[in-house]
Amino acid sequence: MDYYLQIISNIGIFITLTLSLNLINGYCGQFSLGHAGFWGVGAYASAIYGVYFALPVDPMINMLISISVGFSAAALCGLLIGVPCLRLKGDYLAIATIGFSEILRIIIMHTESVGGPRGFTNIPKWTNSFWVWGIVILTTIFMLNLKRSAFGRAIISIREDEVASETMGINLFRFKLFSFIIGAGIAGIAGALVAHDQQFLHPNNFNFMWSVCILVMVILGGQGSVSGSIVGAIILTLLPEILKLIGSDISVWRMSIYSALMIILMLTRPQGIFGPHEIFEKKRFAKKLQKGAA
Amino acid sequence: MSQDTIYFFWDCLQYLINGIAQGSLYAMVALGYTMVYGIIRLVNFAHGEFLMMGAFCGYFALKFNLPMPVAIIASMLGAGIVALIVERLIYRPIRGEGRIPALITAIGASMFFQYTGQLVFGADPKTVRPVFTEVVYNFGEVNVSNIQIFIFFLTIFILIFLWWLTHYTRIGVAMRAASYNLKAAELMGINTNRIIAFTFFLGASLAGLAGILMGYTMSVEPMMGLSLGLKAFVAAVVGGIGIIPGAALGGYIIGIAENMVSGLYKSSWRDGVSFFILIIILLVRPGGILGKNSKEKV
Repeated sequence: MDYYLQIISNIGIFITLTLSLNLINGYCGQFSLGHAGFWGVGAYASAIYGVYFALPVDPMINMLISISVGFSAAALCGLLIGVPCLRLKGDYLAIATIGFSEILRIIIMHTESVGGPRGFTNIPKWTNSFWVWGIVILTTIFMLNLKRSAFGRAIISIREDEVASETMGINLFRFKLFSFIIGAGIAGIAGALVAHDQQFLHPNNFNFMWSVCILVMVILGGQGSVSGSIVGAIILTLLPEILKLIGSDISVWRMSIYSALMIILMLTRPQGIFGPHEIFEKKRFAKKLQKGAA
Repeated sequence: MSQDTIYFFWDCLQYLINGIAQGSLYAMVALGYTMVYGIIRLVNFAHGEFLMMGAFCGYFALKFNLPMPVAIIASMLGAGIVALIVERLIYRPIRGEGRIPALITAIGASMFFQYTGQLVFGADPKTVRPVFTEVVYNFGEVNVSNIQIFIFFLTIFILIFLWWLTHYTRIGVAMRAASYNLKAAELMGINTNRIIAFTFFLGASLAGLAGILMGYTMSVEPMMGLSLGLKAFVAAVVGGIGIIPGAALGGYIIGIAENMVSGLYKSSWRDGVSFFILIIILLVRPGGILGKNSKEKV
């Protein structure tokens, strides 16, 4: 039973991560390949709070403080990395974010007070699946609303055409930076959840390969689609477990299958399952059109 | 000068020489990244895996008691053929789709080779059968092995060969034309598909060569391409991606910096320093040391 609860929590954590990367990659069109770095910073910051600075209050309140610590630490990192990096575009931005996230990981690896290469242990257990899924629901509502807000429309226009949106009076750098900071901060919240859920952290759990995994979840669902991100995260978190159920012969091949799927998906449907659309979007839009006509 | 200061300088010289030998290998791998990027603007993340496949071809050749030159040729050909297959099956269909899908496909291909290699070859590091004995020459307090000298002169030879190839042969001139403007080159009657395939083959065979040399000095394992590929990629970007001398320069810079830091400070910071150099270069000169800063056109 614990095992299944763990899987359910993991799905929630990955949905949060995927939604936050979707904000940067999908909405704003900035190709970031260092998302696991922000995740790790949030996880370690909230774990430091839990181990060294925990207040003698109810675990509920402590968890809330811990989440805000994770959010602020990761958002601060997003600010520090975003200011220099967001001048770059496309491939170069991807390379710079890989570099920064690896440097963050190496710094964590060399900090003895958080366990260094041995990993960070004895983190208090303050969270459970309800916390995780509460955060998932809040993030989903936030992202859906953001997509229809002025800010969301502005960053979507940056994705579509930078020059055109700049001539419409959008401050490119500021909007890119804001989306980068918010995306990083929400990844930090996912970090706080994973720290207080698994009670153990290791720097190698936040390496380049995990950034790629989160990215694949976004791409599979469809960049810029909230429902796509959720479906992508669910499919790719459940896939290894399903392969394990089928048998250990197939289970050892799961990473090969994973990567082959990634290639086949790109060759056949590069926009992902949903493309930029949502599940319920079309009907609502049609109603609005009718109202406008009447 | 005190005795300590003199030894400090000898140490620095030793790290410099080790760095040049290591940097030569990085340069060899970085050349492949740069040539492919120069023509189709694709960051070929699977390049490190071409290196790994080449290293395994050489490893098996040596295991069947073939001499070293045959093993080197086997690893170059092996890596080249793997690259041709990957290019034909994966990269060619995706070429028109834009850069981000191509990048993701490259990451997918890289992961596929790593994990499939772990299952097929086994995840344990394998030591290559020693073929020629390592001779160490002493110059004062500095040691230089014959393998290091061999690697250094081989890299110089490869650079001269590439310069000759790109300036004095038909296919090399076609490669340069394609890297200036792929469409215009095609309109001039150059078979660009063949040029791209040839570039992949050439770059991957250099990676295979670096792979067997690396495997010879250390060990061969399925994940060897990951860190080596990332380092070589950093080297290519530092020198200016798309520029052949830039790749060599970047390789030497990264190799020397890594050995200096791991010798004089802490060996665990060697990965950190190369990424640190990368960030500095990207912020100060995004086009790389030898690159031109191009403005985006509307």
